Amino acid sequence: MSYEITNLCVNCHACMDVCPSEAISVGLSQFVINPKACNHCEGDYAHAQCGSICPVEGAILDEFGEAVNPAGSLTGIPPERVAQLVAEGIL
Amino acid sequence: MLDGMTQADKQTGCTQTSCGSSNDHLDQMPDAIRERVKNHPCYSEEAHHHYARMHVAVAPACNIQCNYCNRKYDCANESRPGVVSELLTPEQAVRKTLAVAASIPQMTVLGVAGPGDPLANPARTFETFRMLSEQAPDIKLCVSTNGLSLPDCVDELLQYNVDHVTITINAVDPEIGAQIYPWIYWNNRRMRGVKAAKILIERQQKGLEMLIERGVLVKVNSVLIPGVNDAHLKEVSRVIKAKGAFLHNVMPLITEPEHGTYYGVMGQRAPTQRELTELQDACGDMNMMRHCRQCRADAVGLLGEDRGEEFTLDKIDALDVDYAAAMAKRAKVQADIEAERQRQKARQSSLKEQLKAANGKTLFTVNGLTMEQQAPLASVASGAVVDRAEQGTLPSDLRSVQMAVASSGQGLINQHFGSAREFMIYEVSPKGARLIGHRKTAQYCSGPVNCGEGDAALPETIEMLKGCEVVLCSKVGFKPWDQLESAGIIPNGEHADEPIVPALMAVYKEMHTSGALGPDCSKTISA
Ligand code: SF4
Ligand code: SF4
Ligand code: SF4
Repeated sequence: MSYEITNLCVNCHACMDVCPSEAISVGLSQFVINPKACNHCEGDYAHAQCGSICPVEGAILDEFGEAVNPAGSLTGIPPERVAQLVAEGIL
Repeated sequence: MLDGMTQADKQTGCTQTSCGSSNDHLDQMPDAIRERVKNHPCYSEEAHHHYARMHVAVAPACNIQCNYCNRKYDCANESRPGVVSELLTPEQAVRKTLAVAASIPQMTVLGVAGPGDPLANPARTFETFRMLSEQAPDIKLCVSTNGLSLPDCVDELLQYNVDHVTITINAVDPEIGAQIYPWIYWNNRRMRGVKAAKILIERQQKGLEMLIERGVLVKVNSVLIPGVNDAHLKEVSRVIKAKGAFLHNVMPLITEPEHGTYYGVMGQRAPTQRELTELQDACGDMNMMRHCRQCRADAVGLLGEDRGEEFTLDKIDALDVDYAAAMAKRAKVQADIEAERQRQKARQSSLKEQLKAANGKTLFTVNGLTMEQQAPLASVASGAVVDRAEQGTLPSDLRSVQMAVASSGQGLINQHFGSAREFMIYEVSPKGARLIGHRKTAQYCSGPVNCGEGDAALPETIEMLKGCEVVLCSKVGFKPWDQLESAGIIPNGEHADEPIVPALMAVYKEMHTSGALGPDCSKTISA
């Protein structure tokens, strides 16, 4: 499996600009990774570039289908807090 | 400018940097800088009455995270949080700019701003600049950045028509920076904490130094975050000033839980208007830019009407602008504007002469025109002058009052409440009226037919006006009228098309006469 972009993507172009394999392109509703071109950045960088710059938690999945940046890991907002605001209809 | 003023005059009149061009902060700048920014709507308070700038959104990516930003929306350093602008390709941006420049000759400045960090999108940003430098050499270009990529971009920036750069610097201390920036993307890695903040700060400072060395004008923006960098911003101001930044613009943190930002969600509070003004005053020797409108002067909204519809993507794609012809027309219009500004200046200096003769008068500045107070306040409407004795009836210890003004330009109260995209906030006291800031609204009026009757954004607008006791506009609908009144804000449409400052003083005086300024209320200014 290659890296993958989920529908949480906000279309910010950042990953496309930094991907060393030119594996990322503008998709219909969000950016997409071409599984044939993605090499997990192996040989190029120690960390997958898309996952290192993407600002949205959960937008990029690694080769195991796991979020590279799980909830709370980028913003520092505890996921419970988000859940609470969603329940209150604020978010 | 008013070197004929006596010390007493200076104390009676507004001595702050924001009341109009008699105290325009440009006066404190070296001639060379003043010459370069005098037609710049963002930097010269007087010029923003005459010229406008526009923004194009060509830069979606960002390379850092700010705790007041949610990347679902546009870069919060540049626009109000929660705004999403339509992304343009460099080609579309150039078409749009040429189309707007051709139909709005007052548009003199084009900024690349967001929706991310322009310099984190060097290819798109520089392609836009390159084409514009070639095709529209009469348009000045500006760019704002978080600074991380700045040192790498300075040389390329210098190849284009870019002579103004804005850097957002919220801290010079990495410990404080780490509370504002959770991560940066640096050397192909995501870095966090104090180490990351340290790199970002070093890059910002290096970029600032490089630009100054090369003669580029640099403005610094800072977001005031209570409890985080409020005590620290004076130090920021000192450092950037020592390095040669020509303006420091302190902006309030905007934090709403529904924007989904770290600060919004975690309940970080925004500064009060008073905290903001105090800090701006404390850093006052830095030529603080009170009139900063975070792009109110967007050219597409110039002339008080929403012209965005004329410049949507499908329309600009079809447009074919003869820019050579447009450029000639622009030069003509801008020359006329300059001639008018010269006339205003001449009138002003003749007033100055009169002043020397009539020692001890109070000055009022209205849209770059300095007026002497000699006639009864009522006649100010027609641009006449007011009696100083009249103003002298105001006891000097009255509390100050914040008032909001809806204006589409020319220094007049000439905008409907419902079509105001932002309000100018003035602090009015016996000493005079001074502009302390602008607040943006989500405009809710969709046309003259239902002006003031639409309501989606009304509660938000009223909330935004909190702290103001009066709102002056050319007209206000019944519904907003009622709701404003219930919120304790008095709508006032009696001064339509009058110059702002005398109208504010007239209202203030009425409040005094009616007892609304009673001495006990001196601490009730809320934020
Ligand atoms: S993992 Fe690397 S190669 Fe694969 S899409 Fe992301 S950046 Fe490109
Ligand atoms: S960096 Fe993340 S949010 Fe931005 S385009 Fe790529 S996947 Fe989407
Ligand atoms: S610089 Fe900060 S405010 Fe601007 S887009 Fe990046 S994270 Fe958002």
